[in-house]
Amino acid sequence: MKRIVYREWRIPSERYWSLLGILAAVVGLGGLAALHMEHNGHWVTGMSNAVVWGMPHIFAVMLIISASGALNIATIGTVFGKGAYKPLGRLSGLLASALLVGGLLILVLDLGRPDRLLVAITHYNFRSIFAWNIYLYTGFMVIVIAYLWSMADRMGGPFVKPIGIFAMVWRLALTAGTGSIFGFLVARQAFDTAFLAPMFVVMSFAYGLAIMLLVLMFTFDQEGRPLGHKLRGRLMNLLGTFVAAALFLTVIYYLTKVYGAKNYELVSWVLFHGGIYSFLFWFGWILMGSLAPLGIIYHPVLSHERNWVVAACALVILGGMASLYVIIIGSQAFPLQMFPGHTIIESGFFDGVNGEAASYWATIPEVLLGLGGIAVALLITAVGVRVLQFLPESLADGDVPPDDLGHAAPELAGT
Amino acid sequence: MKHQEAPLDPSLGSPPDSTLDASPDPSRRAFLGIAAGATAAVVAPGFVLQAQAVGNPRAERVSDVHRWGLLVDTNRCVDGCRACVEACDQENGLDLQSKQPGQSEAEWDTQKAVWLRKVKLQDNLTGRVSNLPMMCQHCESPPCVDVCPTGASFKRADGIVMVDRHTCIGCRYCMMACPYKARSFIHEVVEDQLTRVPRGKGCVESCNLCVSRRDQGLDSTACADACTALGHRAILFGDLKDPASAISQALKTMPSRQIREDLDLNTGVRYAGV
Repeated sequence: MKRIVYREWRIPSERYWSLLGILAAVVGLGGLAALHMEHNGHWVTGMSNAVVWGMPHIFAVMLIISASGALNIATIGTVFGKGAYKPLGRLSGLLASALLVGGLLILVLDLGRPDRLLVAITHYNFRSIFAWNIYLYTGFMVIVIAYLWSMADRMGGPFVKPIGIFAMVWRLALTAGTGSIFGFLVARQAFDTAFLAPMFVVMSFAYGLAIMLLVLMFTFDQEGRPLGHKLRGRLMNLLGTFVAAALFLTVIYYLTKVYGAKNYELVSWVLFHGGIYSFLFWFGWILMGSLAPLGIIYHPVLSHERNWVVAACALVILGGMASLYVIIIGSQAFPLQMFPGHTIIESGFFDGVNGEAASYWATIPEVLLGLGGIAVALLITAVGVRVLQFLPESLADGDVPPDDLGHAAPELAGT
Repeated sequence: MKHQEAPLDPSLGSPPDSTLDASPDPSRRAFLGIAAGATAAVVAPGFVLQAQAVGNPRAERVSDVHRWGLLVDTNRCVDGCRACVEACDQENGLDLQSKQPGQSEAEWDTQKAVWLRKVKLQDNLTGRVSNLPMMCQHCESPPCVDVCPTGASFKRADGIVMVDRHTCIGCRYCMMACPYKARSFIHEVVEDQLTRVPRGKGCVESCNLCVSRRDQGLDSTACADACTALGHRAILFGDLKDPASAISQALKTMPSRQIREDLDLNTGVRYAGV
């Protein structure tokens, strides 16, 4: 069996710098958008006193939970001893940290007072799940860096598994904590459930793996490194399992909601009368984000074709955005149930007059800020794989270690 | 014996010293004089201000002897009347807000700060219509305080829930958590504001039971005053912990409820007749 050799990403300079240039331009646009919002105030966004978290939060939550999901591959390799996943461990760690940085940047730049970041770092209210998450996010970065060191350095060998187990527990806490940011909100009908914690964990597995697969296929293709059908097939099967599990949890989530009479109106609104939210639920989340990728992944022919694999991954990511849009924005747009058994017929503050939902339309700066966060994550990844040995030289079926060797699979940190 | 004072001016009669040139430098004396004067000018106002502050209600620590609250009698709340809303806006400088150039009316309505609003309800079963003012309910266990990552959203010892504008980072998580949609985010640059109610872009704010009045020892809120002035007397402000207060007496005799009672937040604002 061959040793795993990692090498820097050596695509031609012109192509590499063009890629960096494009990403830097998007980062710049995101920065300008943040500056525009910070300078003028949030009135230039579509967010209001009813829908207080908007499009930037969709991008941010997507990136943050994907960070946790991207690290899943490293976990499978080092903690569960699946040798075939081991060569992907370093890229998994790099992507995890890059995605988290991108997501956190969006969150921070969307604050009403981003200049008070120091206040957020020095003042903690430990009753707040949000404050816990600040520790979970910063801790995640430190743990992933340690994890990368243990995977890449000869000295780190003995520590790979303990750090891997710790990183796994930490990232599960991180994603559960992110889901709980919403689940702990007793005020809103669509939230107020511990169910969102495991749901976010499973969603993170799917979205993180989809992003990982796209990055892997792109980087390998660009340089002509071999990526075996067997390994790609395994990763796709895993993606299918995660997408199916997320779909299952989605069904259970709405079933538990509809079980209580007090939530009939909410569920009926999301599923049938919610306009853009109903459309995104059925078309984005269920059809294009879940059923279509599952159809591709388990199709006997299409699942072997590269372009269809790329399409399946892209659909999972776009479907994830749609699901987060419905979960985060839809749940705010639906009126607060302050007076059960009553209909609000007039209000000085849009309290859901006659059951009307709050309106929200994302503005260009919000979208640019979100895209900027994605570009930051990809920029970090592009620089990382170029200057350090993150990518294995070959993932051809014959070069991938067998599973049974587990973490004892030999490795050579690039020469 | 007659005491002879040393001359003030060194140039007048200092004995000459042959060994040292001890003739005082006039500029040095002048400098010391200016320094002493400047020091006094800097320090004195501090003493004066401190002396004034002692005995001022604002210098006293807020105690939990009181718990301030409101009782709204919805039977007395008049359909179409906005006196409480306008009084709140004036008291807190919210009437100084203005629509931003290029902002549509519809957007402005959803983005401007509203601390107090009127709501009109209809009972789905009976068709009975009620009017009431909605504002921060000043919960004993406020969800907004629980979720605030920096502790900027806080509850005073006297039960008033408010935002520390120095530590609010504008994350809006408290707005997500509030069951009453009581909080507003300042979406625009604040051009005009009142000294007693500092406001600023990027922070969250809400009804604070006219806290500046509490700190001045006054015992009313702008909304209650406005309602009483019109003779409606639908809003009663007072100390929920004082059994002799008008609000406590009224709560003893009048059936009342909390909004979202199911959350068990023990609100400081109670409603009768709805």
